[in-house]
Amino acid sequence: MKDEQEMVLTDPSSPSSPEDVSRRKFLQTGVFGACAVYIGAIGYPVFRYLNSPVEASQLASAVKEVTLDKANELAVGTALMFKFGTSPALLIHHADGSWVAMSAVCTHMGCTVKFDEGAKKITCACHGGVFDAATGENISGPPPRPLERYDVKVNDANVVVTKIS
Amino acid sequence: MKLETLKADLVERLGLEEAIKLAGKKTVPVHKHTFWYFWGGISLFSFLIQVVTGILLMVYYRPGPEAYESVRQITYQIQFGWLIRSVHNWSANFFLFSVFVHMFSVFLMKAYRRPREVGWYSGIALLLLGLTFGFSGYLLPMDELSFFATKVGMEIPNAIPIIGPPIANLLRGGLEVNEFTVQRFFALHVVILPLLYMPLLGLHLWMVQKHGNAAPPSEEAKEPSQRKTMPFFPNFVAQDLGVWLIVLNLISLLAALFPWQLGPQADPLAAAPEGIHPEWYFMSQFAMLKLIGRVIPGLAGEAAAMTLFTLGLVLWALIPVFDKDKTNTKRSRQVLYFGIFVILVLLSTTFMGFVI
Repeated sequence: MKDEQEMVLTDPSSPSSPEDVSRRKFLQTGVFGACAVYIGAIGYPVFRYLNSPVEASQLASAVKEVTLDKANELAVGTALMFKFGTSPALLIHHADGSWVAMSAVCTHMGCTVKFDEGAKKITCACHGGVFDAATGENISGPPPRPLERYDVKVNDANVVVTKIS
Repeated sequence: MKLETLKADLVERLGLEEAIKLAGKKTVPVHKHTFWYFWGGISLFSFLIQVVTGILLMVYYRPGPEAYESVRQITYQIQFGWLIRSVHNWSANFFLFSVFVHMFSVFLMKAYRRPREVGWYSGIALLLLGLTFGFSGYLLPMDELSFFATKVGMEIPNAIPIIGPPIANLLRGGLEVNEFTVQRFFALHVVILPLLYMPLLGLHLWMVQKHGNAAPPSEEAKEPSQRKTMPFFPNFVAQDLGVWLIVLNLISLLAALFPWQLGPQADPLAAAPEGIHPEWYFMSQFAMLKLIGRVIPGLAGEAAAMTLFTLGLVLWALIPVFDKDKTNTKRSRQVLYFGIFVILVLLSTTFMGFVI
């Protein structure tokens, strides 16, 4: 209907005169722009709303240091599972008296690994990955990288595990 | 060109020719009361906002013993949770308000007459379901106000002789409002009511498409050549969308400037707070219960008020049976007076509810 009106107003021999085209283009841009503004104004709060727990866990995983109370009493030759930020980690008190802490997330597919006291190795039950219990090196199986190592400081009442930057 | 072929293919495969033909032929009467035609669309739009924000709230809401804590998290911890919740509340109120305006404008335009009776009946059912949506949703935060509102509300089924108390107990999941009640009301609010509402809404909208908008009697009296219309598509649809945009802005503004509050957690042992009253859409019933209770004290008064209300509702729903078509002007006038009386009673008792 609009087109008919315009046809009457403008020269019928040139229905798409330059003014006509630019007016249409202006209106189109305006409508698309307004739509984009609305989509943004509604989409942004909705995204932040749905993303809220992600933001919270990102904040939690940004932890640089964890203090484990009484972990200094860990028996020789055993290991302790703890949470470093949001992911599981291992603290091992080796038979030679040394302390090691590393991520317990397998570098292959993200399963949680465990310390095998008998074999003195770290193994992953999901796909058979094996890591060195002293260094975290990937020894056999599918894991492509060593486990992430942390710094360990043993105090009188606790153990402090720190991310190596 | 490819897009055009795709469009043509889809139209053919989905059998859309009929719908396009219908939409192309459909017109909307143009007269000085055309404004009131928008209120059905406004109700529909605020309902759609309810659906979207309701789904978003379900992402974090936990019914049962954690209900209050989860709403507290939504309101104070989750990013923009307060806004989503506030929009849900404001659009719920806006929804019921526009449904009432829509219903009374349909009544005054006599749009319930032949052949539009099904539209009227389905509309009444949608209104009752809408009120149940409001009642069940109000409890979900489990704060002080919602707890007592539900406690009082459940006294209404409780007052029905013999069958009332077991019904109220079943709805509550106990003798008192508790965490089982929240769980049940949640299931009602998000599963059972939508399952009932959606098909009825489909029928209601189909009836509008089928019979079109009714013109008020003053227009009907004119010569057909004197009546003005506009095409439903695109003219009326474009105006409808414009109105929806205004409603969207209004609800967003209200939700952002007056965020919905969360009261203290419900304490089953605490006394009801002073001046407690229901939401405005239940205020009329509330005031009538109070007023009649003053004249006839005790259970008899309660029964009288509820009988009066039920009777009024039944009469209101059956209006198309009494005022069938334009041939009987005496009945038509009587119905009009009855309707005006109902509107006045509802308005005045609602107002009184806030004062007394």
